Amino acid sequence: MSPSVRLQEMIRVIRGARTQGEERGVIQRECAAIRAQFRQADNGTRSHNLAKLLYVHMLGYPAHFGQMECVRLIASPRYNEKRVGYLGAMMLLDEKQDASLLITNSIKNDLSHNSQYVQSLALCTLACMGSAEMCRDLAPEIDRLLRASNSYIKKKAALCAVHIVRKVPDLGELFTPAARSLLCEKNHGVLHGAVVLITELCERNPDTLEQFRKVVPELVQIMKGLVMSGYSPEHNVAGISDPFLQVRILRLLRILGRNNDTASDAMNDLLAQVATNTDSSKTAGSAVLYETVLTVMDIKSESGLRVLAVNILGRFLLNNDRNIRYISMTSLQKIVQTDHNAVQRHRGTIVDCLKDQDASVKRRALELSLALVSAVNIRSLMKELLLFLSSCPPELRAHTTSGIFNAAERYAPSQRWHIDTILHVLTTAGGDVRDETVPNLIQLITTATELHCYTVHKLYRALITDISVQSLVQVACWCIGEYGDLLLRGECEETEPVQVTEDDVLDALETVLQSHMSSPATRGFALTATMKLSTRITHNVDRIRSIVSIYGSCIDVELQQRAVEYNALFKKYDHMRYRGSVCGAPSVIAKLPEYLLGGSGEPVPSSGLSHTVPGPATSTSGGDLLDLLGGLDVSPGE
Amino acid sequence: MMRFLLLFSRQGKLRLQKWFTPIPEREKKKIVRDMTTMVLARKPRSCNFLHWKDLKIVYKRYASLYFCCGLDAEENELIALEMLHRYVELLDKYFGNVCELDIIFNFEKAYFILDEFLLGGEIQETSKQVVSRAIEASDMLQEAEIDNSDYDLELGWP
Repeated sequence: MSPSVRLQEMIRVIRGARTQGEERGVIQRECAAIRAQFRQADNGTRSHNLAKLLYVHMLGYPAHFGQMECVRLIASPRYNEKRVGYLGAMMLLDEKQDASLLITNSIKNDLSHNSQYVQSLALCTLACMGSAEMCRDLAPEIDRLLRASNSYIKKKAALCAVHIVRKVPDLGELFTPAARSLLCEKNHGVLHGAVVLITELCERNPDTLEQFRKVVPELVQIMKGLVMSGYSPEHNVAGISDPFLQVRILRLLRILGRNNDTASDAMNDLLAQVATNTDSSKTAGSAVLYETVLTVMDIKSESGLRVLAVNILGRFLLNNDRNIRYISMTSLQKIVQTDHNAVQRHRGTIVDCLKDQDASVKRRALELSLALVSAVNIRSLMKELLLFLSSCPPELRAHTTSGIFNAAERYAPSQRWHIDTILHVLTTAGGDVRDETVPNLIQLITTATELHCYTVHKLYRALITDISVQSLVQVACWCIGEYGDLLLRGECEETEPVQVTEDDVLDALETVLQSHMSSPATRGFALTATMKLSTRITHNVDRIRSIVSIYGSCIDVELQQRAVEYNALFKKYDHMRYRGSVCGAPSVIAKLPEYLLGGSGEPVPSSGLSHTVPGPATSTSGGDLLDLLGGLDVSPGE
Repeated sequence: MMRFLLLFSRQGKLRLQKWFTPIPEREKKKIVRDMTTMVLARKPRSCNFLHWKDLKIVYKRYASLYFCCGLDAEENELIALEMLHRYVELLDKYFGNVCELDIIFNFEKAYFILDEFLLGGEIQETSKQVVSRAIEASDMLQEAEIDNSDYDLELGWP
């Protein structure tokens, strides 16, 4: 029976297991058999057994007892045993295992083996799991192979050198000369390896980078050859000649041209050529164009070239392929600060991407749109953002609302616009706004004195429509409490006035108080607002008094405390009710938010009630603006 | 560089895992879990790129298999897609109309092919033909050894 069949037979049996338990049983039996086989002398089945063990390992079962077998197989003179042994080493051993050191000698020997396929195994394994120690040990061997071997080995040696440099950066100097001469090779595999190696060397050592700047003309020549050459069947991908190599060369050029005028000049023409001649109808071409754009934006390129690059990104935005749209936006995001005007030209397309089906694209479009907001485009862009908010995926809502608020704060063309925008956000997504939104909005409303009438009308209308959005309800209650007289007056310049009676307004507040949707903090706002209205209305003070006294025995401690203290205001301190405590005053308002929110809506312990509120109870001058409930000594139940 | 390459089925079963940096076993398992969860949750016509920790994740579905790789942040995602596609083409050339079962029952061959295409997390050969020829030659070498015990790897035929 040929060896592969035994492995495949085992795989079949394992897959045939109907339950997890059955599978475990089969695997345990197989592993036991494998272990027993490993302990025996060489009977020609070692490689198959290791292969079976590797399959089991991939399913997630422990396979550490195969590590020594890997070491043995690698040392075998037979190719098929070496092949599986090295595969096992790459899967089971890593530099942290002690056993990995044991294969260093085998690798060393195999690096000079007669057969290039054995050399290849050693190179591959070293590049995959070679520890720093192994790398130091074998670096001279790799350097030798870089210089004198066939292209099959050279290309692998180059990437092995890359791994060595990553593990032991100091060894970079050893490989620099060989890397330089590899650039003269014609073989694409070797060239690619050389470019990757040079890139790695330049990224780690500024002196080496300086040295390799001299090869920019050579790299330009190679690129020109690739871009202008005719159809080459061996390397062609969708009409592009070796896009993998092109992308790597462009990346190396980027590193060499960065912060250096001479190098950047030398590659200017080439970049323009690649940008204009590369066909982007398929992914391969787009990949090359993308890398070109990244290079142009990172080096010291002419402004004409930069505009060309941004236009390519703009074209990408219109591409049918979602991946390309996404790539375009991530790139635009990187340059939106430095090339703001160029990116602004594509604002329309970017905003359209807000409507894309894909969540990643939407997220990118949102980031970019927020970065593009300016005083000039705030009105039109905000319309789009608000439209987006109404249909955006839930995970983006919080980010969108805070972005909108920031933009509004920076560029609001008028206070009325600002208030409208915030109200719109609260109506659409009030559940996803940050906690500071409520006090910030209250502050904004207070300062917009000419708009008090307008604002209270808008908020009243919002309140009677829907009381589920807590942030909106809180602001509405506060506003009604503060400017309820303007509401009752029945006239307004900025908007259609409402014709309401005092009862209507109190009904609205009572609905909030009684609704199970209202959070404790919201109830607090409603109760306080009700209390405040006692100074602004004339007919229904008794109704307010009765509401307040009902809540004097409310289960919610916070509400109860307030109700009791308001009650006391009615009874004992009625004369002060008008003077200081419930009339609006800046200091009160500034303190109100902290007081009322007191720890994100949770009931504030009664000691907290007066800690932000100065003013002794003894002051009866009335002219002092007493902070609400400052220093009143009342006890519950009075 | 590429940090890892994973192949898994629509049910989340791992068919191939290649790691290019040393990572503890426990963490490998966690990464595999995270990748399968993230990728399998994606809707059909989504973008093929994701962000995970500080890596770019590029994935593509081919029939019943997901090919998923983790890349450093400076890598080009579009060329990574081409890389995945190239690997699939190589498998297809080798197995002839490759399907998931081929990779399940011949997983070691899938690794051998991968090791002729990528090395240390980078592409080692950009020509399809050169890779295919190398695989064929290695296979022939293996066959020669198995068929004839006189064949000595060091010296060739006696």
